[in-house]
Amino acid sequence: MSEALLSVEGLSVDFRSGGLGRRSFRAVDDASFHIDRGETLGLVGESGSGKSTIGRAILGLAPVSEGSIRFRGQDITHLSRAQRRKSAGGIQVVFQDPYSSLNPSMTIGEILAEPLVARGDRRTGAMEKISTLLRQVGLPADARSRYPRQFSGGQRQRIAIARALALEPELIVCDEPVSALDLTTQAIVLDLFIDIQRRTGVSYLFVSHDLAVIRHISHRVAVMRRGELVEVGDGDQVTSRPEHPYAQRLLLASPVSDPAEQEQRRAERHRLLAEQRSVDSPVSASAVQSPGVRP
Amino acid sequence: MTTTPLALEVDSTDQRRSLLKETLRSPIALGSAVVLVLIALAALLAPWIAPYDPSASDLSDVFAPASAEHLLGADSAGRDILSRLLHGARISLGGALVAVAVALLLGVPSGLVAGYYGGAFDVAVSWLSNLLIALPGIVVLLALQPMTGSSVWTSMVVFGILLAPSFSILVRSTVSNVRNELYIDAAKVSGLSDLRIIRRHVLGVVRAPIIIQTAMILAIALFIQAGLDFLGFGDLAAPSWGGMLNDGFANIFRGPHLLVWPGIVLGITCAALALLANSLRDVMEGATSSGTAGRGRRALVHPTEDAEDALPAPSTTALLEVRGLRVAYSTHGQEPKEVVHGASLRVEPGEIVGVVGESGSGKTQIALSVMGLLPDGGRVTGGELTFEGNPLDPRSTEKLLGRSIAYIPQEPLTNLDPAFTIGRQLVEPLRVVGGLNAAAARKRALELLARVGIPEPSRVFDAYPHQISGGMAQRVLIAGALSGDPELIIADEPTTALDVTVQADILDVLRDLQREQGMAILLVTHNFGVIADLCERVYVMRDGRVVESAPTRTLHDAPREEYTRMLLSHILEHGPSRTALDAEVAEEVRA
Repeated sequence: MSEALLSVEGLSVDFRSGGLGRRSFRAVDDASFHIDRGETLGLVGESGSGKSTIGRAILGLAPVSEGSIRFRGQDITHLSRAQRRKSAGGIQVVFQDPYSSLNPSMTIGEILAEPLVARGDRRTGAMEKISTLLRQVGLPADARSRYPRQFSGGQRQRIAIARALALEPELIVCDEPVSALDLTTQAIVLDLFIDIQRRTGVSYLFVSHDLAVIRHISHRVAVMRRGELVEVGDGDQVTSRPEHPYAQRLLLASPVSDPAEQEQRRAERHRLLAEQRSVDSPVSASAVQSPGVRP
Repeated sequence: MTTTPLALEVDSTDQRRSLLKETLRSPIALGSAVVLVLIALAALLAPWIAPYDPSASDLSDVFAPASAEHLLGADSAGRDILSRLLHGARISLGGALVAVAVALLLGVPSGLVAGYYGGAFDVAVSWLSNLLIALPGIVVLLALQPMTGSSVWTSMVVFGILLAPSFSILVRSTVSNVRNELYIDAAKVSGLSDLRIIRRHVLGVVRAPIIIQTAMILAIALFIQAGLDFLGFGDLAAPSWGGMLNDGFANIFRGPHLLVWPGIVLGITCAALALLANSLRDVMEGATSSGTAGRGRRALVHPTEDAEDALPAPSTTALLEVRGLRVAYSTHGQEPKEVVHGASLRVEPGEIVGVVGESGSGKTQIALSVMGLLPDGGRVTGGELTFEGNPLDPRSTEKLLGRSIAYIPQEPLTNLDPAFTIGRQLVEPLRVVGGLNAAAARKRALELLARVGIPEPSRVFDAYPHQISGGMAQRVLIAGALSGDPELIIADEPTTALDVTVQADILDVLRDLQREQGMAILLVTHNFGVIADLCERVYVMRDGRVVESAPTRTLHDAPREEYTRMLLSHILEHGPSRTALDAEVAEEVRA
């Protein structure tokens, strides 16, 4: 069997807080997963679960303290920036905030040309490529002479996607790319992601807190909590019939738009919480952590 | 050649405006720039345009007044003042330029490296900068005089070193702000080298502040240079403005005009530099603020009549009634822009009503109008607001807020004052509004905290806001909202900033409270799931108008409006999973 496009083994990331205490905080603890070619792995979790940190570690933007990251069979865990330029250009990124991820003083054309020129493309070739990219993400060709502030959030996110596609990556880390968008824009941008994946065969690591978004785009799903992967499995199964208690709570806590069904879901959630409370120590994420009383 | 023609809202004035070009539009800046250019030209062309040799003295002309022969008169040695001024500009300006060049050469690179990489270099540079700043410049220059001698250039190089921190600190702070922008991360991932990132993304940001600082520092250097010469530490043989001042001061009674001319020239030059720097700063700050406000997106306010006749009849039972509300924002000097165009809604006592819409639909504006909390520039321009049948105006609203009407905001943690404990923030309104004494207020606050599901009320009571989580903070704010025994709670996206599991808990708290105490809730949200969970009735908003209102279930099962159907169709929760989607496509391909 051929090797996966990306395989992560026992990944841990520690952040050292500055100051006198020098305590370190483990953001990711012993995470292992893989992503195949043309596949989307959805990474879902709540704030502070470490899901974005995994993405940043893969991109070389967060310090890896243990474990390994292999991309196309090559260990890229501790590559320097210069080495990464040579060998890991196949991994690109789309960030959440479409406002701060584009330099406000550069035109769209300049933003898109940047990675191409850095790679050593010729000016004319880059121009042609930019037209193709803009077409790919559904923006008009004259967008290239405009500035980011002249675009809406959804359009900016298209630009960020175009920039990620410029180097023809094999993997794109998508860090909450639709979270800042309105419902309708969100659906359209998600479909753009899927469309691009079908056409180019690119893989995604799709990080989001929204189970519905994750379900829509992910072939496989990993659920994260407090730095640990608690469940990894088939996308349909994890987003509709999760096995881990936390994944179940997460699913039942996401409200649905049908009032009748939401009422059911709420009742189910209350039942589940009561059940888990009786077998487990503290459950509710918002409850103060006190030693649980075991029956 | 494009596939999807997208309507781009384009600001026509919005091309890359060069800082300088924009600045020169202001008459003050243009005047200053012209003066500076003339002075610089005069200095450059001095040997050709000066009527006399600056050192040629003619004893018959000593203290000669202004005349056709000596346009500005002659000095104590009978030398032509105009010629000396022209030649003196070379030394004075040249000296100042040397100081600034040295300061730039040392300050900018050190600030860049310190700001971009941080670490030990940053610490060292900061320490050195602080040390240099602590040294009084002119005293150091005087103390070093025996070493630098009378050479202007050496002492200006030393002064440049003393000035370097002002650039270094400026550049460092600007760069360390930019370093955390996501576009820098994106550039790293794109494979750009540090050098290229600094050149393309960082230098552009620090360029403008550096230009402004340079103009300021030039004025200072000019002054200090003249000061040294004035004190007699310069080369008295070579003409300079400071040296001329020295000569004039020594002979202030015999030839007062000796002091006047160099004084005027020095003053004008420094003033021009300072004014130019100020104008540059104004343009730069103006550019950032007006750029985001979007000058081009101007929607003229044309009171449309269509909404007027559709106004619902006033209700007799409603707790809160909003009829034909219009809200407009005016930004300085521009026509007010209407954001809510005649919206109407109604909340019956004890009812939970939702307002749902996308960003910019005006849903929050309605909530803020009811409470009279519209931000600066916004105001209600039309319509009626009534609470329990009485019109809401700024004075009556103030009395109702915190009593009959309570508010739960979106960002719980930013709505608690970090300087006070939770308990203090809860007790204060209970005492002021509720008139309770300290002990009773404390008891009531603890009850309220317990009431919103906080397991250890006394611990949270004594905690500061930074010690509790976002979900806990929202519970605290709900407890605060309850303290006045409200009949209406206005909740603006109360769970948007929270995790879903916490959101579910908070929604439970709100539902239970409403069931027990029977207050009405007006809930503003973008999330149909939250609406479904809590609300009995819902208003759908779009572009400042209410497009549809219905009981929640009816709206979900049988939406009347195309827009509502479109919104609902974009909800993903019941969509097929990705596996199913791919299977569909494969099916299509086969067919």
